[in-house]
Amino acid sequence: MKGTNLGEFEELVLLTIAALINDAYSVGICDELEKQTGRTVKLGVVHAVLNRLEEKGLVKSKLGEATQARGGKRKRYYSITSAGKSALLKSKEVRDQLWSMIPQLSLKRI
Amino acid sequence: MKQQHPPRWATRLLRWYCKPSLLEDLEGDLNEYFQRSIKSNGVRKAKLIYVIDVFKFFRLYTIRKPEFITLLMNFIMIGSYIKTSGRSIARNKLYSTINIVGLAISMSVGLLMISFISDLLSYDDFHEKKDRIYRVNTTRHYLEEPVMNFASTSVKAGKKIQETIPGTETVTMLRRDFNYDATVGENILPISGLWADQSLFKVFSFPLLQGDATTALKEPYSIVLTEKSAKKLFGQMEALGKSLKIDTTNYLVTGIAKDVPKLSHMRFDALISFSSIELMSKSDPDFLSWESIWSNYVYILLPENGSIETLQTNLDKLSALENAAIQNTKNELFLQPLKEIVIGPHYENEIGKNLPALILYVLGGLAFIVIISACFNYTNLSIARSMRRSREVGIRKVVGALRGHVLSQFIVESVLISLLALLFSSLLFLLLRNQFLSLHHFISDLVSLELSAKIILYFVLLALIVGVVAGFLPALFFSRINALKVLKAASSLQLFRHVSFRKALVVIQYTFSLMFITVTILGYNQYKNFLAFDLGFTTENILNIYMQGNKSDLIIHELAQLPEITQLSKSRMITSLGSMYGSQAKYTNSQDSSNIWLNVVDENYMPLHQHKLIAGTNFKLRPKKGEESEVIVTEQVLKRFNIKDKDPNKAIGEVLTIDKKNLTIVGVLKDFHYGSVDKPIEPVAFLYSADEPSGYINAKISSNDWPATLASIDKAWSKIDKIHPLDAKFYNEQIEQNYSWFSIILKVIGFLTFLAICIASMGLFGMVVFTTETKLKEISIRKVMGANEVSLIYLLGKSFLLLLAIAAIIALPLTYLFFDKVVLTQVAYHKPIEWSELLVGSLGVLIIAVLMIGSQTLKVARTNPAEVLKNE
Repeated sequence: MKGTNLGEFEELVLLTIAALINDAYSVGICDELEKQTGRTVKLGVVHAVLNRLEEKGLVKSKLGEATQARGGKRKRYYSITSAGKSALLKSKEVRDQLWSMIPQLSLKRI
Repeated sequence: MKQQHPPRWATRLLRWYCKPSLLEDLEGDLNEYFQRSIKSNGVRKAKLIYVIDVFKFFRLYTIRKPEFITLLMNFIMIGSYIKTSGRSIARNKLYSTINIVGLAISMSVGLLMISFISDLLSYDDFHEKKDRIYRVNTTRHYLEEPVMNFASTSVKAGKKIQETIPGTETVTMLRRDFNYDATVGENILPISGLWADQSLFKVFSFPLLQGDATTALKEPYSIVLTEKSAKKLFGQMEALGKSLKIDTTNYLVTGIAKDVPKLSHMRFDALISFSSIELMSKSDPDFLSWESIWSNYVYILLPENGSIETLQTNLDKLSALENAAIQNTKNELFLQPLKEIVIGPHYENEIGKNLPALILYVLGGLAFIVIISACFNYTNLSIARSMRRSREVGIRKVVGALRGHVLSQFIVESVLISLLALLFSSLLFLLLRNQFLSLHHFISDLVSLELSAKIILYFVLLALIVGVVAGFLPALFFSRINALKVLKAASSLQLFRHVSFRKALVVIQYTFSLMFITVTILGYNQYKNFLAFDLGFTTENILNIYMQGNKSDLIIHELAQLPEITQLSKSRMITSLGSMYGSQAKYTNSQDSSNIWLNVVDENYMPLHQHKLIAGTNFKLRPKKGEESEVIVTEQVLKRFNIKDKDPNKAIGEVLTIDKKNLTIVGVLKDFHYGSVDKPIEPVAFLYSADEPSGYINAKISSNDWPATLASIDKAWSKIDKIHPLDAKFYNEQIEQNYSWFSIILKVIGFLTFLAICIASMGLFGMVVFTTETKLKEISIRKVMGANEVSLIYLLGKSFLLLLAIAAIIALPLTYLFFDKVVLTQVAYHKPIEWSELLVGSLGVLIIAVLMIGSQTLKVARTNPAEVLKNE
């Protein structure tokens, strides 16, 4: 499988899924991302990323209830797998490690 | 608020391309977004965004991948489709034949147009650098005269471009009008070609078989011959390095070029070095003038990355500079790409052929209409017969065929039929091609219509397209059939709802057919009438020999020794062929002058042509040129000038002034047709001349062996003129040729008639089949109740006969009025239209139609009612 390394946007999507817990479906993820990051997020991009994450085995999905707004179509809810969890943890670890290497002083000077 | 829906077609598109596993989610998302964007953007914009999103989601991961098994199935099924289609074609021989023949006839027109248009478009394609070659044309403003565009330009322009203008790779100059008699040893043969400079071969691809392309046209008095003209002049001898004589100058043959292809806008038998004409025109001040733009052609080869705009700007500068130096005239140069010379705007002094691009569209459009109507007929006929096929489709569906399978089955069938039609139409094409080429020498000179791999590919492509287009609607129709309903009761099928539309179509088709056929018949009778028309003199067995500058007495002396030639006369021109030669004439009133037509003849002319003298005599004097004092006039002349109250006998001795010469009337002729028959008779006078070097000798011949007579005349001619071949034509043939435009139009209309009748008959046939098959049950019940065959045929046929009657009622009076009020008013001497002429053609067409209706209805009327009703 092509690297378990996460891209920046992939990581954001994965985190959002984890954060939303029970309401993580494509449009919801899209909205939440927009709210949190303040940038416009295209549905198409989110879809592509969700598809890729599922292929990588980092998330799994199941179909939920149908609503009027969706023209009677069911939502697909995503939840994080253990592989996804470890990928997130790993990337956080890498970051923390790097952060810890920066002496306070050198950051302040910039 | 009403619930809004996204555009349905977009959703359908999404469903079509999207993977089933992703579809539901995606569709839901888009819908949610749509509802949301209605609130923020309004319905219209929301719909647009939805459509855009549908297209945006067309990505690699969303699209449905074709599954191997479906591909394999399709592949296997195609074999089966071909097999079943073949069986169905073979089983219904009549319908297949009608379909195939109908398509073939229309397609042959399409093939003809394809090869014609493709020939036109491939003009000058053989030049390797064709995309970089431009011709320098001239726009001429002279005083207040209308501005004219010329394909030619001045020698000076060519020289200036060569010397001063940057941004050209090569410039070549040509000059037309090289027409001379060349002497090689004993042989003297006419030769025509172009003057050209040595860069010609760098610009154009006219390969040299022998000689050096870089130097062949460099030296003055060198000539490059084509293979053909070299053979003509030198026979089997090696021509390269030999010389030939024109007038008093010797030209050295420096090269042998391959014959010029037919599809070349410039054609020549020989190329003569441009330096020769420069030497010869040394003393001519006009030769190098900016204003003499009449005979020269300049072509520019643009460098690989050259800019046409920069070049044009430079040309504009050059024009402005040169125009400042002259008065009254302004010549502006402009460039024209090589490929637009033949198919493109028309300029004066074209070096070769030129046709407007419009002609391509018109021809293409005509072919398109013909083919589309044939396709429509196929569609019509196939759906009309759907009763028979619907059960088969039902079974197929029950066994597991999907809509797509049925669709492709019927498309395969129609493609198969159109491919078969292609075979027939190719044969027809070969026949039509010769007819088309021989319509007019202009056409046979323009195109060759040769088959090539490319053309054949186009043909097959056309057949495939026709097959798909013709078969699409029936295929769609069959694929929508509900298997359950069909198997339960075949007659429950909802066929066309637009029956009145189809009836209108049949009426229109028949109206056109009837009009075409009557026009053809009427036109043909008028044409016959032209040929057999009594011109007022005889043209039987008269051979007109063009003098080509020879002394007529010498030829007459030779011809008089042939026993087959009974009479000989001389004339300046041949009358009744449309060419005219006239002058101003006056009678006593010097204010009243009028144009009269003239012919200059000798004393034998009138007896030979049996012109009828009403009064007076033939020419009595034999004056020399310029000393004529006698004239013979027609009755119309007396009428025009009111000479002696139009009394022929008293008019003798009156003096008429023609061309400022006073001439005494010695004879009065009965009126005859000097012009062509479509023009009214006008005043004519005969003047006397004993010798007309640019005229004709008229020989009256009585012979049983025409070829031998002609051969001996040829021999007599060649004793006097060794250079020019004999140019002799029979008077009757010349008259026929004079009306050849009429026969061309007739042939074209005749062919269109044939097409129209074929298409109309197929359309009608489809209707009849459709009606009879849908009414099968009704007829059976009627039969059971005691109806006899005749009344059934009447019942089924009367609606069609009504349609035909309507068509005839529209077509016949229209054609009559068209001919009587439009066509025949243009023709001064015509036959009146007879009703029988109008009716014969229509009757023919109607009989065909009635036979078709009759045969089908009879078939149905004869079916055993028990058979039909049992199945229900």
